[in-house]
Amino acid sequence: MSITTFRVWRGERGTGAFVDYTTDITEGMVVLDAMHQVQAENANDLAIRWNCKAGKCGSCSAEINGRPKLMCMTRMDELPANEPVTVEPMRAFPHVRDLVTDVSWNFEAKKSVKKFKPRAPDAPDGTWRMDQVDVDRVQEFRKCIECFLCQDVCHVLRDHQMHDAFVGPRHLVYAAALEMHPLDTEDRTRDLKDAHAIGLCNITKCCTTVCPEHIAITDNAIIPLKERVVDEFYDPFMKLVRLVRGQST
Amino acid sequence: MEFVQFHPTGMVWPPSVKGILVTEGVRGEGGVLRNKDGKRFMFDDIPDNYKSQTADSEEEGWRYTQGDKSARRPPELLTRDHVARCIQREVREGRGSPHGGVFLDIAWIKERIPKGAEHIRKKLPSMYHQFMQLANIDITAVPMEVGPTTHYIMGGIRVDGDSQMSNVPGLFAAGECAAGLHGANRLGGNSLSDLLVFGKRAGEHAAAFAKGHGATRMAPADADAAVAAALEPFARGGSPEAPYAIQHELQGTMQKLVGIVREEGEMRTALAAVDALRARSRTVGVHGNREYNPGWHTALDLNHLMTVSEAITRAAIERKESRGGHFRDDYPDKDPAYATFNIVLRKGTDGKMQLERRTIPPMPGELKAIIEEQKS
Repeated sequence: MSITTFRVWRGERGTGAFVDYTTDITEGMVVLDAMHQVQAENANDLAIRWNCKAGKCGSCSAEINGRPKLMCMTRMDELPANEPVTVEPMRAFPHVRDLVTDVSWNFEAKKSVKKFKPRAPDAPDGTWRMDQVDVDRVQEFRKCIECFLCQDVCHVLRDHQMHDAFVGPRHLVYAAALEMHPLDTEDRTRDLKDAHAIGLCNITKCCTTVCPEHIAITDNAIIPLKERVVDEFYDPFMKLVRLVRGQST
Repeated sequence: MEFVQFHPTGMVWPPSVKGILVTEGVRGEGGVLRNKDGKRFMFDDIPDNYKSQTADSEEEGWRYTQGDKSARRPPELLTRDHVARCIQREVREGRGSPHGGVFLDIAWIKERIPKGAEHIRKKLPSMYHQFMQLANIDITAVPMEVGPTTHYIMGGIRVDGDSQMSNVPGLFAAGECAAGLHGANRLGGNSLSDLLVFGKRAGEHAAAFAKGHGATRMAPADADAAVAAALEPFARGGSPEAPYAIQHELQGTMQKLVGIVREEGEMRTALAAVDALRARSRTVGVHGNREYNPGWHTALDLNHLMTVSEAITRAAIERKESRGGHFRDDYPDKDPAYATFNIVLRKGTDGKMQLERRTIPPMPGELKAIIEEQKS
């Protein structure tokens, strides 16, 4: 089809520079194919993390022409023709090498979300009964493949580096999946307010924009959780009621 | 090691998605396989032992997919190995699709079902998106192109069925890398239960083994030798042999000569080719350093890829019959004499691969009883 130039970030632990490679792009190729071709032809040691090539494993996250994307799902024919394509690692996480970053912070942050705590079984045989509508509501959140592109694009993490204070959109989606689960009995509202700092999200919807699974992160997960926090901690009427009852806020 | 399962329907185009599975569900919902002439070729070759269970008209097959219990299944839903071979035959004989597969058509059901496109999107959402996003193909409007793709290996590391330990003390295996559980052809869904049951056993026995044994002792000289061998590809940085090129050649060789349909002469050619590639793999050079270096990893993997390829080929030559995932053009029938032993391969004292026919022990009484119970 055409010879295309790729401007690929090469380097280790935060240091590095763009290196130009050219390779032949044929019909139907995605950026990951191009990177593999570069790896095979010119740069055997080019570090890439990838696995399924079908947008299901969430491993090949990178920034393509400055936008967080899965390399395996970015078709070459959707990028501007006759222009170099830049490919660089996610910038919100510690750099390891070339296109690979260390995303392990996410797995630690996830542990801070209280686990699923189901109510006692509804039937003597240990099973539950749920309404389909309640099941359907959380299905969307379960589509998450943990590519962490939403974390990468989130300005709280990316620009302000507040990884210690804020769990990020991925884990708010995870919390929403648990909070809205019809069987769950755990209360995560105080954690959402304090430990997870949901208030830091100012709903710019960048996370929703980059989600390869098209989860409506802001509208369906974060905003309903913010509403729960507001209902519990910032509702002036309830504050008054609690004050009268002598409860703490 | 000779038993390799091919899934009949993987995507064949575009190149980026070659091999990604197209679920059996597409055929289950009424999807049909056609060659370039539009012919439903699966009706041409229905094995005798399946004739009584298979639809003899397109009409009956359609009724089966729509839940009619009195109808028999369409030939598209015959066993994976058979469908894969039929597709390969169409392609080899020049009746394939433009990108080397055949057509899998689910769009045609619109003739039968009102709001067919919506029905397809609802029943097969992930397939609809997979083709839409990766191939720009709307499966509710046009057929998919599919072909057989390597899916699973029934062979593997020989382990004790209870502890999952191999004959290397302290080395445990479970799942696809272990051998023995799935016979000559794994059935759909059995991999997950394999992992749950034998993964648990392997973990428990490995933990007990670790507790009961101290740290392994290794002579420093052996460790040094292993390190030196692993680092050799860096020393050959200027070598014209690159790891990926050899890997691709090996893939091509095995696909072509020891693939879905096998034949003695071709496999002998493959053995020689693997030998030649192994010699070349010992001269590959890599650049860069030891951290996250896929080129180096591939260089180290090559040796193992050669071992596995040789083991598959030798076992496949030895098994002069067709059974399960192993099909020989020169021995197309099942031979009961081959049902009594497994083919075990090991490294001999001379470093060469040794092959042994090992008699399969009789089935324990309690298992026999279960099978009899299921039959009645």
